Amino acid sequence: MSESLYTELQWLPRPPEDFAKRCRVLREAAGDVGREVRALASFGLDENKLSRLANAIEAVRGRPDALRSLTPFRLGIVSNATSHFMVPALIATAARYGIALECVEANYGQLMQEALDADSTVNRARPDAVLVALDYRGLALDVPLGDAGVVDAAVERALDELRVVRDALRRNSGASCILQTLARPVEASFGSLDLALPGTRRNVIDLFNRKLSAGLAGKEDLLLDVAGLAETVGLSAWHDPALWNIGKIPFANAYLPIYADLTCRLIAAMRGKSRRCLVLDLDNTLWGGVIGDDGLEGIVLGQGDPQGEAFLAVQSAALALRERGIVLAVSSKNSDEIARLPFRDHPEMLLHENHLAVFQANWNDKATNIRAIAEELSLGLESLVFLDDNPAERRLVRDMLPEVAVPELPEDPAFYVRTLLAAGYFEALVFSPEDQKRADFYQDNARRVALQRATGDLDAYLETLGMTITFQPFDEIGRARIAQLINKSNQFNLTTRRYTEAQVSEMEADPNCFTLQVRLVDTFGDNGMISVIICRREADDWQVDTWLMSCRVLGRRVEQAVLQELVSHARKLGITRIVGTYRPTERNRLVEDHYAKLGFTECECPTEGSTQWSLDVANHKETSLPMKVVRIAPNDIHAAAQVESM
Amino acid sequence: MEDPILTRLTSIFREVFDDDELVLKPELTANDVDGWDSLVHIRLILSVQKAFGVKFSAVEMNRLKNVGDLIALTKHKQAAGVVT
Repeated sequence: MSESLYTELQWLPRPPEDFAKRCRVLREAAGDVGREVRALASFGLDENKLSRLANAIEAVRGRPDALRSLTPFRLGIVSNATSHFMVPALIATAARYGIALECVEANYGQLMQEALDADSTVNRARPDAVLVALDYRGLALDVPLGDAGVVDAAVERALDELRVVRDALRRNSGASCILQTLARPVEASFGSLDLALPGTRRNVIDLFNRKLSAGLAGKEDLLLDVAGLAETVGLSAWHDPALWNIGKIPFANAYLPIYADLTCRLIAAMRGKSRRCLVLDLDNTLWGGVIGDDGLEGIVLGQGDPQGEAFLAVQSAALALRERGIVLAVSSKNSDEIARLPFRDHPEMLLHENHLAVFQANWNDKATNIRAIAEELSLGLESLVFLDDNPAERRLVRDMLPEVAVPELPEDPAFYVRTLLAAGYFEALVFSPEDQKRADFYQDNARRVALQRATGDLDAYLETLGMTITFQPFDEIGRARIAQLINKSNQFNLTTRRYTEAQVSEMEADPNCFTLQVRLVDTFGDNGMISVIICRREADDWQVDTWLMSCRVLGRRVEQAVLQELVSHARKLGITRIVGTYRPTERNRLVEDHYAKLGFTECECPTEGSTQWSLDVANHKETSLPMKVVRIAPNDIHAAAQVESM
Repeated sequence: MEDPILTRLTSIFREVFDDDELVLKPELTANDVDGWDSLVHIRLILSVQKAFGVKFSAVEMNRLKNVGDLIALTKHKQAAGVVT
């Protein structure tokens, strides 16, 4: 089954009989068809069906509002092989991730020209990113055998050339590049010696890929590991010499759907659409059998039994995801007491209750329960993946909550882990120190929600949290996390303006920019950076360009503390008015009344759906808030922080 | 009775060209069908190969002049037992 797992995207449900008809209906439908486009894209589509859907998307694209519920993204494509055949696949696949993708292609083989000419098609289009689709056959990597120094120089030269392309694209189009690793050919010169001998294709391409990926650390450009994909599916299947000869098509068409999916995962991650939470069923998902029927001794789990080991592997994969910042939750149709039994008393269990942010065992339908989990964790349904062996439950959740990703699973539990991970739900562009702690954050948060329900009185509850809030202007250390928040936060985000790390770094030095990164610590632990604010000075006004906050700290009066901080700086800097804008999106209704709640007055100048609000700094009165305030001045990180109580 | 190969090819053509009204005749050529460019041609041939479990070489692909040729080649390959 494994090869077809990747060619057929088997974690996605099979396309329905009426797929073609639904594509046709789409073309004629009025209004926003984004949801239906996304639904159609969420089946396991082959190249022909992707093309059909892409045609339908192109047919409606010109209509105003037709794709309104999808996030627009413009992708430039430059290549040293044929790239045209990728375009329909990318457009249709992007819809799977809620993205209305537009592709701007360079002419065949015009890599360098397209990058360097500021007026080229790709540069003029001002893309959000440029895919640099490289094939080894278009690079000058043929070198004499046996001389490591010569090989190194040749690889450096190829990377330098690529660097010129990247810099030029950045300069001329403003976009980040998505750079492919090279899938090496299968044909060997000597045999096993190829790996070790400098100058063989295998040796040179391995070196190129290693240097390319190492050189991207801390840079804006992103890596698309095509070499990894080709190895996963098998290099001999990936490379089709006949297709190369016929049309310089760099890999076998059968892999176009997975190639497009891999690319769109990166694009989705750039737009903050990666998933963050794995919700697990229990019976026949985490162990074999039914705990309510078979009892503690009857369920199958553990070493020495092939099925028991398969379920151990599922638990172990869930733990590994947790390590990298994915939140775990359980949703099971069971009584709570019985469902917890294995976690407490089964010696082979790897997962324990303290790994789970939410433990939900009851007899409600799973859709209702999963919605409750999302609320408990203050995560959108779009952040959730639901793993369940039962096809009926999967279908129910998919029908009721189409935003939740629900992988199809094969019969044999031995392949659960591979299938879940092949889907790439948790694609991430960076691994930050915050990610390392995230699972704990959410877990603490769920505990807080529980505690809050128990205590009832919000202010009294907040007092017990012993919160310390830290304000600090943007700086180099916080930059990666600031950019991550700017590009990921959707719900508590007043303007949803996205900035690259380079743009964030420019703001650090801009005298007209006032910036804040905000951290919060409480008795449950360190929440890390939870809020980002950017104000731009216009005469004696501050325009609040960006105000976002992590939903983890909703209801903690952090917004009020931020406003007091802004007001106190405004006074010192001679700012008389703070002006805020609310730009509505599909996902930020949460903060519709943000400024009203903070005592701002609505301005009379509404513009295209946005609302504008202002606050006279002189009129703002300080109130007492249940937290301690720490300020860190620019370049003053190690100096004694100025502490005060609010 | 209609040629079973023609019936299957018709559904492949309709899928590839996103046109559910398309009617196949042996004398049909690339010039007669909207969007039959070189890349779509490759996609078409690959779809045919997959559906019938046969493999065409580049030379054989280039020799195809119309749908009739494609039917003949497919039959020939099937008869030769080049089934994958």
